[in-house]
Amino acid sequence: MDVEILARVQFAFTIAFHYIYPPMSIGLGLLLVIYEGLYLKTGDKKYEKIARFWIKIFALIFGIGVATGIIMEFEFGTNWATYSKYVGDIFGSALAAEGIFAFALESGFLGILIFGWNRVGPKVHFFSALMVFLGSMFSAVWIVVANSWQQTPAGYHIVGEGMNARAEITDFWAMVFNPSSVERLTHVWIGAFLAGAFLVLSVNAWYILKKKHLDIAIKSFKIALVVATLSSLAQLVAGHASADGVAKNQPAKLAALEGHYDTSAKADLYLIGHVNNKTQKVTGIGIPGGLSFLVYGNFTEPIKGLNAFPEADRPKQVNAIFQFYHIMVACGMSMILLTLLGCWFWYRKKLFDKRWLLWIFVWAVLLPQIANQAGWFAAEMGRQPWVVYGLLRTSDALSKSVTANQVMFSLILFLAVYMILFLLFLYLLNKKIQHGPVDYGTKESIDEGSKRDNPILDHQS
Amino acid sequence: MHTFLGLDLNIWWFLIFGGVISGYAILDGFDLGAGALHLFLKKEQSRRIALNAIGPVWDGNEVWLVIGGGALFAGFPVAYAAIFSAFYVPFMIFLVGIIWRAVAIEFRSKEPMGWWRKTWDIVYSFASITIALSLGLMLGNVAYGIPLNNGKEFSGDWLSFFNPFSILVAITTLALFMMHGAIYLTMKTENRLFAKLHILANNFIIFFVLSFVVTTLYTLLYIPHLSDFFKENPVGFIIPILMVLAIANIPRQIKKGKYRYAFISSSVTIALLLIMVALEVFPYLLYSNSDPANSITIDNAASSPKTMRILLIMALVGTPLVGIYTSFVFYTFKGKVKLDEMSY
Repeated sequence: MDVEILARVQFAFTIAFHYIYPPMSIGLGLLLVIYEGLYLKTGDKKYEKIARFWIKIFALIFGIGVATGIIMEFEFGTNWATYSKYVGDIFGSALAAEGIFAFALESGFLGILIFGWNRVGPKVHFFSALMVFLGSMFSAVWIVVANSWQQTPAGYHIVGEGMNARAEITDFWAMVFNPSSVERLTHVWIGAFLAGAFLVLSVNAWYILKKKHLDIAIKSFKIALVVATLSSLAQLVAGHASADGVAKNQPAKLAALEGHYDTSAKADLYLIGHVNNKTQKVTGIGIPGGLSFLVYGNFTEPIKGLNAFPEADRPKQVNAIFQFYHIMVACGMSMILLTLLGCWFWYRKKLFDKRWLLWIFVWAVLLPQIANQAGWFAAEMGRQPWVVYGLLRTSDALSKSVTANQVMFSLILFLAVYMILFLLFLYLLNKKIQHGPVDYGTKESIDEGSKRDNPILDHQS
Repeated sequence: MHTFLGLDLNIWWFLIFGGVISGYAILDGFDLGAGALHLFLKKEQSRRIALNAIGPVWDGNEVWLVIGGGALFAGFPVAYAAIFSAFYVPFMIFLVGIIWRAVAIEFRSKEPMGWWRKTWDIVYSFASITIALSLGLMLGNVAYGIPLNNGKEFSGDWLSFFNPFSILVAITTLALFMMHGAIYLTMKTENRLFAKLHILANNFIIFFVLSFVVTTLYTLLYIPHLSDFFKENPVGFIIPILMVLAIANIPRQIKKGKYRYAFISSSVTIALLLIMVALEVFPYLLYSNSDPANSITIDNAASSPKTMRILLIMALVGTPLVGIYTSFVFYTFKGKVKLDEMSY
């Protein structure tokens, strides 16, 4: 296999694995701020108990997120040296800003959030939760800005030629607020809220089904349901804005999302389907002219198709992009339906009797995860063959000194390490959930503490 | 020439990058040292205390690595690209070390079984040792120089990274961190564990001084060009002299029981060591020993003056902020470790 494929597979794998965690951190961060805020406001110990329980899970998620995130920062240099030289002037500043303005804030206060219960008062603890949440939100800002610049470059000029060509900044704020950053950031943020909220919903639905920790499970379920409902509805708006942006800025990607080849024709909007990359035809169920309507408000307006672009300048794996995009949309719609249904039964005061619905909530934790992953795959594959849209091709972006064997070595290394990590993560997450929230400062919790001291081991020298 | 306060922007960024790297080495250095000596502590209780001594801060310390990576990428993208693609294999091993250290700290306390905890203790310790050694190995090669082609990319064989000089630097780095970590732990512990760490700290001082002397002699004898700077600028000798004083001060303060001063001294030692390396390599970021014309300097690797100005503003705004909340966290967890329900 050649270096390009291997490097792309490695990047896709490491970023996809990483991206399981940060959205949950951001979403859980929001809920922690709400729970701690309510504790501060009402003084109700139940909220403290909820917060303490989720902070432990937050720590687990955050830990893996950090460990896998550091890999990403250096992978540009290891595998994509030419890219790094080409975009360093711009992309590097966004990454540096993320480190100093976001990550430092988040990691600094994380220590207090996890270990500070007995060292600081509730107000400072709430403040720490807020800072950790804000830090994770800022992280998303800079990372999405950097990625959006790759999608819709702005505020730069190209200096030098051939091997020495690179993009240099001309206008920092134009780079930050490039045509797609705002709508993509909103889309990513809300996707993260959904990931956190559905995790909380899932765990609490399970507690309610098993009649465990009922008092606090119902309380936290309701709050998470509010967050999830608002977020899934907001995502409809944000997602539409994002697609509008793609229509405006990246027409080749838009065409790939719906498998639309013929420039002179109206474009359909599919619910489900399959693109034959060879015959350039889509078979499936959809609204004829639906995409034309969404973009132009008119069912017959032609939309620029893939054939309008030279073959070398448009994505090849159209069916894959089509599928990822439609999976994301389907998950998004299911979340809206599910949360509205939940709210309806809550309003009718029957929510916690509907066991079938609670079981769906238990498994629905996968919906935002699948949507986040599929959405990013559609966005990144839809940008191909460019790594920086219209400027630098993915095939030109590699490290020239790195061999296929080296990339294969690191790919296998990451596959093995991440596989073990993921199994351990699931095992420990499950264990924490099974164990559930505990009261603090009671006999039980002190027993718990002494169990951790493990007296048997202490007798060894 | 673009300047700020009379100093070239690229030099400014070189200083800031050096500052961040020193910050990382000093802060994560004691975490890594504590990890490397972890298996010297035998009791479960001791290991938990040692782990919780770095518990609330190690993650924040690691952020300096992220900032350093970002600083190099943003300010000197050509060097970022060359260094990480050249050191592909050692760097991947370093990264895997970073992953395992993080998860070992996180996972260890989650189960009470002896085998579980012992396994994670071993993972934690070996990951820390791997990180320290691979950092030192890469630092050694950066100081020594590597072959670069005219595209400013690595053109040699990665096995050549394992040269005697770089291996010596790697061992010295490990010894330095172990000493630094042991001193940090003496500030955080009490009673018998404290007494044990006092002894360990003294042993690691000897380990460090030995490896440092051997590395220095090897450099003077076999790689004389690395001391060119000090031969040409006798005033520069103040740095190694200060460093010898700082090193000598460490056992002195430990003997007096002033562990905080010993810790400051070992932090100063780390900073001075890095300053020495910086003076030796400057203005190169990566010296090409195949053809010096292909070397990467702070000027041919730098971003545009516009980006440099933006970065300086970020540093001016960001550094005080990071300083404030880092001090706040360290202040919150000052004093001896007390285990509680939320501890690792």
